[in-house]
Amino acid sequence: MKNLDSVLAAYLAGWAIFFVYYISVARRMNSLREEIEELKNSLRRDK
Amino acid sequence: MLKTILGAVILFVLIAFTAYLAFHYAPIEKTMGVIQKIFYLHLPSAFSSFVALGICFYANLRYVFTREAKWDWLGVSAAEVGLAFISVVLVTGPIWAHPVWGIWWTWDARLTLTFVLWLLYISYLLLRSMLEEPDKRALLSALFGIFAFLDVPLVYFSIRWWRTQHPQPVILGGPGSGLDPRMRVSYLLVWAAFTGLLILLLNGRYKLEAMRASVEELRREAEVL
Repeated sequence: MKNLDSVLAAYLAGWAIFFVYYISVARRMNSLREEIEELKNSLRRDK
Repeated sequence: MLKTILGAVILFVLIAFTAYLAFHYAPIEKTMGVIQKIFYLHLPSAFSSFVALGICFYANLRYVFTREAKWDWLGVSAAEVGLAFISVVLVTGPIWAHPVWGIWWTWDARLTLTFVLWLLYISYLLLRSMLEEPDKRALLSALFGIFAFLDVPLVYFSIRWWRTQHPQPVILGGPGSGLDPRMRVSYLLVWAAFTGLLILLLNGRYKLEAMRASVEELRREAEVL
């Protein structure tokens, strides 16, 4: 089928953008979660 | 972690669903052939970017009038998610254009204004990253966001107001425009799936921003002690 490779390239690139973005949000959230735990522990120690 | 995996599963289901509609259910367009299938990704991404940037605009306005932090969180979340959708539009458009027009890109009104929109929201996020004081950051970025949104109606109406290389509207395009019923159903269902994707991404990004605010507050507390 003519241009099927372009269609597949577009779908791969498009969904890759959504996946990379979703993973970046999840990673940032995990690192913030760890930071919150560390800050809470240090505040508990200081009190 | 469980929520992250659940989100990824939902993303996979959405991909499978939209791919089924685009490649199996919707017929092949007579003039363009199979390359027209890109529209099932390109068009809903453009629509979702307008919705996300509309939410950003509303949140920015609410922040300016109320100064409540939650509107700032919603504003930046919607801007970032909208940017992801515009990026998909800007990547899939040239892949479609190359075999159809014989060129990857042309500086016509629709394409140029969409690129400007992408640059405006990149600037919005850069502006935020440069300001450290939370209230100042929220107010200045809200004002900039209100200004940036002015480009959205220009992008939408550009193909109606000016002669462009970009295809004319087939949905709400007036007399002579229209779609095959199976194509129309496919577009509507893919739009619904993309609205789900928009909600999923926006919800995750909003939680991230709320967590960031908690971290800033805890840091301030730690500094005081």
